[in-house]
Amino acid sequence: MDESRPIFQQIAEQIENDIIAGALPEETQVPSTNEFAAFLRINPATAGKGVGLLVDAGVLYKKRGIGMFVASGARARLIAERRDRFREQYIAPLLAEAHKLGIDADQLARLIHDTTPEESHP
Amino acid sequence: MTAIVDVQDVTKHFGSVAAVDGVSFRLEEGKIYGLLGRNGAGKTTLMSLLTGQEFATAGDIRIFGESPVENARVAEQICFIKESQKYPDDFKVKHVLRMAPRFFPNWDQSFADQLVAEFRVPLDRKMKKLSRGQFSAVGVIVGLASRAPLTFFDEPYLGLDAVARQLFYDRLLADYAEHPRTVVLSTHLIDEVSALLEHVLVIDEGRLLVDSPADELMGSATTVVGGRDAVESFVGGREVIHRDGIGGLLSLTVAGLTAAERATAKAAGLELGPVSLQQLIVRLTAGSTTDFTENAPTTPIPEEARA
Repeated sequence: MDESRPIFQQIAEQIENDIIAGALPEETQVPSTNEFAAFLRINPATAGKGVGLLVDAGVLYKKRGIGMFVASGARARLIAERRDRFREQYIAPLLAEAHKLGIDADQLARLIHDTTPEESHP
Repeated sequence: MTAIVDVQDVTKHFGSVAAVDGVSFRLEEGKIYGLLGRNGAGKTTLMSLLTGQEFATAGDIRIFGESPVENARVAEQICFIKESQKYPDDFKVKHVLRMAPRFFPNWDQSFADQLVAEFRVPLDRKMKKLSRGQFSAVGVIVGLASRAPLTFFDEPYLGLDAVARQLFYDRLLADYAEHPRTVVLSTHLIDEVSALLEHVLVIDEGRLLVDSPADELMGSATTVVGGRDAVESFVGGREVIHRDGIGGLLSLTVAGLTAAERATAKAAGLELGPVSLQQLIVRLTAGSTTDFTENAPTTPIPEEARA
């Protein structure tokens, strides 16, 4: 766990990652709060708070007496949100470091191109 | 939430020493609490007061709404696993485990048997012949299998190896999830348990320093590192929890930075670092700083000397 942010936010992000990666498909049941707590070795209340964030955001929903399920359309919505944040979260720090080292935009673009695995080139 | 422990302005003197000094707090039902602090801070004294094993010099303690002193109704709902529990001289492990169900109405024998096997405790050995780790394991087994509505573990892991400590945390979490109850963990292995805790109490020199939900504490403090002037001007009049410095470099720990303030700090070239619960508590209770500014060179090293 990363210590700079509350654990429940990190739990929510991990579940989001699993949904984005397809490990938790839409309309399937997610593990219970207690299962998350035992697996991640955290307090069940903390796990519950993380799951609660995703319920409030409409990513998960509750089926009474059964458990939590991934909402339809959750994956596409999460990907859209992450894309919106991509520039600020990844590009901005990348550019700041590049600037510090005197790497200009063209050199950076070439570096990205050269580092990208062959098969993912268009 | 129901408060099952209500402590009002409690003080305990040993001679002229105030081991617990004007402490007030409440514990709510069904949470795991961390009672943290340095050795001699008053943790064990406080737990002895809550379990009716010591008398308070002043103040009021209510456990399940009643005084814990000489009170059988309260006693049977409490399990206190002490760091140095005393047993009769010829007591073997099996005697301890045979006595326990008489004290604890919720005792689960099959859970106790499972734990004995998992912790590899020799049932036929005398308590005083056990290694420190085995001795601690017996306490952990009794504490877990008692399923007491209010369970105190005072430094329960002394002598336990990493595998046994992990086993303790895992069994505690799993059993707590199935049988919710109030647990107070007194420990100084803060990093190991911080994710297990829902609420944290920090006691220092007999006084309550922190009474806060764990997730509010974690991530509440940030270390700002950079050149002295830049750090000082960014931090401004804020309360500084901790201060480290060497030469032209300064590191200040401050509470509660907003996202906008973080962005400002980064734009100013300052580095922001997380502060773990353990670091935060060390900084809150250490009472000292390390700033080597007086002896250190404050003038920059000349360009030619660097090459």
